[in-house]
Amino acid sequence: MVEISLHVLDIVQNSIKAGASLVEIIIDENVADNLLTITVSDNGCGMDSEFLSDVTNPFRTTRTTRKVGLGISMFKSAAELTGGSFEIWSELGKGTGLRAAFVYDSIDRQPLGDMASTMSTVIHANPDIDYVYTHSYNHNTFEFDTREIRTVLGSEISLSQPEVLKWIENYIKNEIENICGGAI
Amino acid sequence: MKSLAELEQIRKQTLAKVNLRKEDDDSIRVVVGMATCGIAAGARPVMKAIMDEIEKRNISNCYVTQTGCIGLCRLEPIVEVYLPGSEKITYVKMDADKAAKIVNETIVNGKVVNEYTIGAAKEN
Ligand SMILES: Nc1ncnc2c1ncn2[C@@H]1O[C@H](COP(=O)(O)OP(=O)(O)OP(=O)(O)O)[C@@H](O)[C@H]1O
Ligand SMILES: [Mg+2]
Repeated sequence: MVEISLHVLDIVQNSIKAGASLVEIIIDENVADNLLTITVSDNGCGMDSEFLSDVTNPFRTTRTTRKVGLGISMFKSAAELTGGSFEIWSELGKGTGLRAAFVYDSIDRQPLGDMASTMSTVIHANPDIDYVYTHSYNHNTFEFDTREIRTVLGSEISLSQPEVLKWIENYIKNEIENICGGAI
Repeated sequence: MKSLAELEQIRKQTLAKVNLRKEDDDSIRVVVGMATCGIAAGARPVMKAIMDEIEKRNISNCYVTQTGCIGLCRLEPIVEVYLPGSEKITYVKMDADKAAKIVNETIVNGKVVNEYTIGAAKEN
Protein backbone atom coordinates (compact mmCIF):
# COMPACT_ATOMS: atom_id res chain seq x y z
CA MET A 1 0.00 0.00 0.00
CA VAL A 2 1.36 3.43 -0.86
CA GLU A 3 -0.34 5.14 2.10
CA ILE A 4 -1.14 4.06 5.65
CA SER A 5 -4.66 5.42 5.12
CA LEU A 6 -5.18 2.67 2.51
CA HIS A 7 -4.32 0.02 5.12
CA VAL A 8 -6.89 1.64 7.40
CA LEU A 9 -9.49 1.50 4.63
CA ASP A 10 -8.72 -2.18 4.15
CA ILE A 11 -8.75 -3.02 7.87
CA VAL A 12 -12.12 -1.30 8.33
CA GLN A 13 -13.47 -3.43 5.47
CA ASN A 14 -12.78 -6.43 7.75
CA SER A 15 -14.88 -4.82 10.50
CA ILE A 16 -17.69 -4.21 8.03
CA LYS A 17 -17.54 -7.85 6.89
CA ALA A 18 -17.61 -8.89 10.55
CA GLY A 19 -21.02 -7.25 10.90
CA ALA A 20 -19.92 -4.42 13.20
CA SER A 21 -22.37 -1.63 13.98
CA LEU A 22 -19.70 0.61 15.52
CA VAL A 23 -16.12 1.06 14.42
CA GLU A 24 -13.63 3.25 16.23
CA ILE A 25 -10.53 4.58 14.49
CA ILE A 26 -7.81 6.40 16.40
CA ILE A 27 -4.87 8.08 14.70
CA ASP A 28 -2.20 9.32 17.06
CA GLU A 29 0.70 11.25 15.55
CA ASN A 30 3.11 11.83 18.39
CA VAL A 31 6.23 13.47 17.06
CA ALA A 32 7.83 13.82 20.51
CA ASP A 33 7.61 10.05 21.08
CA ASN A 34 8.49 9.46 17.43
CA LEU A 35 5.42 7.26 16.96
CA LEU A 36 2.42 7.12 14.68
CA THR A 37 -0.11 4.77 16.22
CA ILE A 38 -3.23 3.51 14.47
CA THR A 39 -5.95 1.73 16.43
CA VAL A 40 -9.06 0.22 14.86
CA SER A 41 -11.66 -1.56 16.96
CA ASP A 42 -15.12 -2.90 16.24
CA ASN A 43 -18.05 -4.70 17.84
CA GLY A 44 -18.34 -7.28 15.07
CA CYS A 45 -18.42 -11.09 15.26
CA GLY A 46 -14.87 -11.47 16.58
CA MET A 47 -12.62 -14.51 16.19
CA ASP A 48 -11.96 -17.48 18.44
CA SER A 49 -8.56 -17.70 20.10
CA GLU A 50 -7.30 -20.47 17.87
CA PHE A 51 -8.05 -18.50 14.69
CA LEU A 52 -6.74 -15.28 16.23
CA SER A 53 -3.38 -16.79 17.16
CA ASP A 54 -2.67 -17.42 13.50
CA VAL A 55 -4.53 -14.51 11.88
CA THR A 56 -1.40 -12.62 10.78
CA ASN A 57 -0.48 -15.62 8.64
CA PRO A 58 -1.64 -14.83 5.08
CA PHE A 59 -2.98 -18.36 4.68
CA ARG A 60 -5.47 -17.72 7.46
CA THR A 61 -8.58 -16.43 5.77
CA THR A 62 -12.28 -17.14 5.60
CA ARG A 63 -12.22 -15.75 2.09
CA THR A 64 -13.52 -17.98 -0.68
CA THR A 65 -12.44 -15.94 -3.70
CA ARG A 66 -8.76 -16.62 -3.10
CA LYS A 67 -6.56 -18.68 -0.82
CA VAL A 68 -4.73 -15.88 0.92
CA GLY A 69 -5.94 -13.03 3.09
CA LEU A 70 -3.49 -10.20 2.80
CA GLY A 71 -4.93 -7.30 4.75
CA ILE A 72 -3.74 -7.93 8.30
CA SER A 73 -0.38 -9.44 7.40
CA MET A 74 0.44 -6.48 5.13
CA PHE A 75 -0.50 -3.94 7.82
CA LYS A 76 1.61 -5.76 10.39
CA SER A 77 4.64 -5.94 8.08
CA ALA A 78 4.35 -2.26 7.21
CA ALA A 79 4.52 -1.29 10.89
CA GLU A 80 7.29 -3.73 11.75
CA LEU A 81 9.39 -2.61 8.78
CA THR A 82 9.73 0.81 10.45
CA GLY A 83 10.86 -0.82 13.73
CA GLY A 84 7.37 -0.44 15.15
CA SER A 85 4.98 -3.00 16.59
CA PHE A 86 1.64 -4.66 15.96
CA GLU A 87 -0.95 -6.24 18.22
CA ILE A 88 -4.41 -7.69 17.68
CA TRP A 89 -7.05 -8.84 20.14
CA SER A 90 -10.47 -10.35 19.65
CA GLU A 91 -13.27 -12.06 21.44
CA LEU A 92 -15.86 -14.22 19.73
CA GLY A 93 -19.21 -12.46 19.68
CA LYS A 94 -17.78 -9.27 21.17
CA GLY A 95 -15.45 -7.67 18.67
CA THR A 96 -11.94 -7.15 17.44
CA GLY A 97 -9.27 -4.52 17.82
CA LEU A 98 -5.83 -3.99 16.44
CA ARG A 99 -3.06 -1.50 16.90
CA ALA A 100 -0.11 -0.75 14.65
CA ALA A 101 2.66 1.55 15.82
CA PHE A 102 4.97 3.04 13.19
CA VAL A 103 8.28 4.72 13.97
CA TYR A 104 7.48 8.27 12.89
CA ASP A 105 10.78 9.31 11.34
CA SER A 106 11.64 5.94 9.77
CA ILE A 107 12.40 6.27 6.07
CA ASP A 108 10.43 3.07 5.59
CA ARG A 109 7.25 4.61 6.99
CA GLN A 110 4.63 5.28 4.34
CA PRO A 111 2.94 8.66 4.55
CA LEU A 112 -0.31 8.62 6.52
CA GLY A 113 -2.04 9.81 3.36
CA ASP A 114 -5.61 10.88 2.82
CA MET A 115 -7.56 9.82 5.91
CA ALA A 116 -10.52 12.02 4.92
CA SER A 117 -10.94 10.02 1.73
CA THR A 118 -10.63 6.75 3.65
CA MET A 119 -13.37 7.85 6.06
CA SER A 120 -15.79 8.91 3.33
CA THR A 121 -15.11 5.61 1.53
CA VAL A 122 -15.86 3.43 4.58
CA ILE A 123 -18.99 5.42 5.41
CA HIS A 124 -20.12 4.94 1.84
CA ALA A 125 -19.40 1.19 2.08
CA ASN A 126 -22.08 0.83 4.70
CA PRO A 127 -23.84 4.05 5.69
CA ASP A 128 -25.69 2.34 8.55
CA ILE A 129 -22.52 1.68 10.54
CA ASP A 130 -21.42 4.30 13.04
CA TYR A 131 -17.84 5.50 13.06
CA VAL A 132 -15.92 7.40 15.68
CA TYR A 133 -12.76 8.93 14.25
CA THR A 134 -10.23 10.50 16.59
CA HIS A 135 -7.10 12.13 15.23
CA SER A 136 -4.36 13.60 17.40
CA TYR A 137 -1.33 15.48 16.27
CA ASN A 138 0.91 15.97 19.30
CA HIS A 139 -1.49 17.55 21.78
CA ASN A 140 -4.15 18.69 19.35
CA THR A 141 -7.11 16.36 18.92
CA PHE A 142 -10.29 16.32 16.97
CA GLU A 143 -13.12 13.82 17.00
CA PHE A 144 -15.69 12.99 14.37
CA ASP A 145 -18.74 10.86 15.17
CA THR A 146 -21.28 9.80 12.55
CA ARG A 147 -23.99 9.72 15.23
CA GLU A 148 -23.79 13.49 15.47
CA ILE A 149 -24.09 13.75 11.69
CA ARG A 150 -27.19 11.54 11.75
CA THR A 151 -28.79 13.78 14.35
CA VAL A 152 -28.52 16.71 11.98
CA LEU A 153 -29.53 14.82 8.85
CA GLY A 154 -32.56 13.10 10.32
CA SER A 155 -33.94 9.84 9.00
CA GLU A 156 -34.67 10.90 5.41
CA ILE A 157 -31.11 11.40 4.31
CA SER A 158 -28.57 8.59 4.20
CA LEU A 159 -24.91 9.24 4.88
CA SER A 160 -24.27 7.68 1.47
CA GLN A 161 -25.73 10.62 -0.46
CA PRO A 162 -22.90 12.05 -2.60
CA GLU A 163 -23.34 15.59 -1.23
CA VAL A 164 -23.16 14.35 2.36
CA LEU A 165 -20.09 12.20 1.72
CA LYS A 166 -18.38 15.13 0.09
CA TRP A 167 -19.19 17.39 3.03
CA ILE A 168 -17.86 14.80 5.49
CA GLU A 169 -14.66 14.38 3.50
CA ASN A 170 -14.02 18.13 3.34
CA TYR A 171 -14.89 18.54 7.00
CA ILE A 172 -12.42 15.87 8.14
CA LYS A 173 -9.76 17.20 5.77
CA ASN A 174 -10.07 20.71 7.24
CA GLU A 175 -10.04 19.47 10.81
CA ILE A 176 -6.88 17.43 10.18
CA GLU A 177 -5.21 20.48 8.64
CA ASN A 178 -6.22 22.49 11.70
CA ILE A 179 -4.75 20.12 14.27
CA CYS A 180 -1.58 19.62 12.25
CA GLY A 181 -1.17 23.37 11.85
CA GLY A 182 -0.18 22.99 8.23
CA ALA A 183 2.54 20.49 9.14
CA ILE A 184 1.41 17.97 6.53
CA MET B 1 -18.55 19.46 16.20
CA LYS B 2 -18.53 22.86 14.61
CA SER B 3 -19.83 23.86 11.20
CA LEU B 4 -22.84 21.63 11.69
CA ALA B 5 -24.84 24.62 10.48
CA GLU B 6 -23.28 24.02 7.10
CA LEU B 7 -24.45 20.42 7.23
CA GLU B 8 -27.96 21.62 7.94
CA GLN B 9 -27.77 23.51 4.63
CA ILE B 10 -26.66 20.34 2.85
CA ARG B 11 -29.59 18.53 4.41
CA LYS B 12 -32.07 20.98 2.97
CA GLN B 13 -30.49 20.93 -0.48
CA THR B 14 -30.21 17.14 -0.53
CA LEU B 15 -33.74 16.54 0.65
CA ALA B 16 -35.03 17.93 -2.61
CA LYS B 17 -32.86 15.55 -4.63
CA VAL B 18 -33.35 12.45 -2.51
CA ASN B 19 -36.81 11.76 -3.82
CA LEU B 20 -35.44 11.78 -7.35
CA ARG B 21 -32.87 9.21 -6.32
CA LYS B 22 -35.29 6.52 -5.20
CA GLU B 23 -33.91 3.20 -6.33
CA ASP B 24 -36.11 1.74 -9.07
CA ASP B 25 -35.88 -0.41 -12.19
CA ASP B 26 -34.59 2.46 -14.25
CA SER B 27 -31.67 3.26 -12.03
CA ILE B 28 -28.12 2.43 -12.99
CA ARG B 29 -26.01 0.51 -10.53
CA VAL B 30 -22.25 0.89 -10.29
CA VAL B 31 -20.18 -1.45 -8.13
CA VAL B 32 -16.54 -0.83 -7.23
CA GLY B 33 -14.35 -3.65 -5.87
CA MET B 34 -12.97 -2.55 -2.49
CA ALA B 35 -11.09 -5.56 -1.06
CA THR B 36 -7.36 -5.55 -0.33
CA CYS B 37 -6.50 -6.33 -3.95
CA GLY B 38 -8.68 -3.49 -5.24
CA ILE B 39 -7.50 -0.98 -2.63
CA ALA B 40 -3.82 -1.76 -3.30
CA ALA B 41 -4.39 -1.29 -7.03
CA GLY B 42 -6.07 2.13 -6.61
CA ALA B 43 -9.79 1.55 -6.02
CA ARG B 44 -10.14 4.51 -3.61
CA PRO B 45 -9.28 7.24 -6.16
CA VAL B 46 -11.44 5.42 -8.72
CA MET B 47 -14.40 5.55 -6.33
CA LYS B 48 -13.71 9.21 -5.59
CA ALA B 49 -13.62 10.09 -9.29
CA ILE B 50 -16.96 8.36 -9.86
CA MET B 51 -18.62 10.09 -6.89
CA ASP B 52 -17.21 13.50 -7.86
CA GLU B 53 -18.39 13.14 -11.43
CA ILE B 54 -21.89 12.10 -10.33
CA GLU B 55 -22.07 15.03 -7.96
CA LYS B 56 -20.69 17.50 -10.51
CA ARG B 57 -23.07 16.41 -13.26
CA ASN B 58 -25.98 16.13 -10.85
CA ILE B 59 -26.77 12.60 -11.98
CA SER B 60 -29.79 11.35 -10.06
CA ASN B 61 -30.52 7.88 -11.46
CA CYS B 62 -27.30 6.17 -10.44
CA TYR B 63 -26.35 4.15 -7.35
CA VAL B 64 -22.76 3.45 -6.42
CA THR B 65 -21.87 0.65 -4.01
CA GLN B 66 -18.81 -1.35 -3.02
CA THR B 67 -18.07 -5.03 -3.10
CA GLY B 68 -15.31 -7.34 -1.87
CA CYS B 69 -12.91 -9.40 -3.92
CA ILE B 70 -14.48 -11.03 -6.97
CA GLY B 71 -11.48 -13.24 -7.65
CA LEU B 72 -9.88 -11.32 -10.53
CA CYS B 73 -7.25 -9.59 -8.43
CA ARG B 74 -4.75 -8.91 -11.23
CA LEU B 75 -7.39 -6.91 -13.12
CA GLU B 76 -8.24 -4.56 -10.24
CA PRO B 77 -9.46 -1.87 -9.83
CA ILE B 78 -12.69 -3.30 -11.23
CA VAL B 79 -15.90 -1.36 -11.81
CA GLU B 80 -19.12 -3.12 -12.78
CA VAL B 81 -21.94 -1.17 -14.40
CA TYR B 82 -25.52 -2.48 -14.55
CA LEU B 83 -27.58 -0.56 -17.07
CA PRO B 84 -31.30 -1.24 -16.81
CA GLY B 85 -32.37 -4.07 -19.11
CA SER B 86 -28.89 -4.98 -20.33
CA GLU B 87 -26.03 -7.21 -19.28
CA LYS B 88 -23.45 -6.27 -16.71
CA ILE B 89 -20.44 -4.37 -18.10
CA THR B 90 -17.16 -5.16 -16.32
CA TYR B 91 -14.46 -2.52 -16.60
CA VAL B 92 -10.97 -3.50 -15.45
CA LYS B 93 -7.66 -1.84 -14.56
CA MET B 94 -9.44 1.42 -13.85
CA ASP B 95 -7.89 4.69 -12.76
CA ALA B 96 -9.45 8.04 -11.89
CA ASP B 97 -9.40 9.36 -15.48
CA LYS B 98 -10.86 6.20 -16.97
CA ALA B 99 -13.52 6.17 -14.25
CA ALA B 100 -14.58 9.74 -15.05
CA LYS B 101 -14.79 8.71 -18.70
CA ILE B 102 -17.11 5.78 -18.02
CA VAL B 103 -19.40 8.03 -16.00
CA ASN B 104 -19.70 10.29 -19.00
CA GLU B 105 -19.88 7.61 -21.68
CA THR B 106 -21.68 4.71 -20.05
CA ILE B 107 -23.73 6.24 -17.26
CA VAL B 108 -24.76 9.42 -19.02
CA ASN B 109 -24.85 8.20 -22.63
CA GLY B 110 -25.36 4.45 -22.25
CA LYS B 111 -22.33 3.64 -24.41
CA VAL B 112 -19.83 0.89 -23.60
CA VAL B 113 -16.17 1.94 -23.62
CA ASN B 114 -14.86 -1.25 -25.22
CA GLU B 115 -11.16 -0.71 -24.61
CA TYR B 116 -11.64 -0.77 -20.82
CA THR B 117 -13.79 -3.89 -20.67
CA ILE B 118 -12.71 -7.24 -19.33
CA GLY B 119 -13.18 -8.66 -22.81
CA ALA B 120 -10.57 -6.29 -24.24
CA ALA B 121 -8.16 -7.05 -21.36
CA LYS B 122 -8.41 -10.77 -21.97
CA GLU B 123 -7.52 -10.41 -25.65
CA ASN B 124 -4.09 -9.05 -24.68
N1 LIG C 1 -12.44 -7.23 12.44
C1 LIG C 1 -12.56 -8.56 12.26
N2 LIG C 1 -13.56 -9.25 12.85
C2 LIG C 1 -13.70 -10.60 12.66
N3 LIG C 1 -12.88 -11.34 11.89
C3 LIG C 1 -11.86 -10.72 11.27
C4 LIG C 1 -11.64 -9.30 11.42
N4 LIG C 1 -10.54 -8.97 10.71
C5 LIG C 1 -10.11 -10.11 10.13
N5 LIG C 1 -10.89 -11.17 10.46
C6 LIG C 1 -10.70 -12.57 10.01
O1 LIG C 1 -9.34 -12.73 9.67
C7 LIG C 1 -9.19 -13.16 8.32
C8 LIG C 1 -7.96 -12.54 7.71
O2 LIG C 1 -8.12 -11.13 7.53
P1 LIG C 1 -7.27 -10.36 6.42
O3 LIG C 1 -7.74 -8.97 6.33
O4 LIG C 1 -5.83 -10.58 6.68
O5 LIG C 1 -7.60 -11.14 5.07
P2 LIG C 1 -9.02 -11.22 4.32
O6 LIG C 1 -9.92 -10.12 4.77
O7 LIG C 1 -9.49 -12.62 4.46
O8 LIG C 1 -8.63 -10.98 2.80
P3 LIG C 1 -8.08 -9.60 2.18
O9 LIG C 1 -7.89 -8.64 3.32
O10 LIG C 1 -6.80 -9.97 1.50
O11 LIG C 1 -9.11 -9.11 1.23
C9 LIG C 1 -10.49 -12.78 7.63
O12 LIG C 1 -10.78 -13.64 6.55
C10 LIG C 1 -11.51 -12.90 8.77
O13 LIG C 1 -11.95 -14.24 8.90
MG1 LIG D 1 -9.17 -8.08 4.90
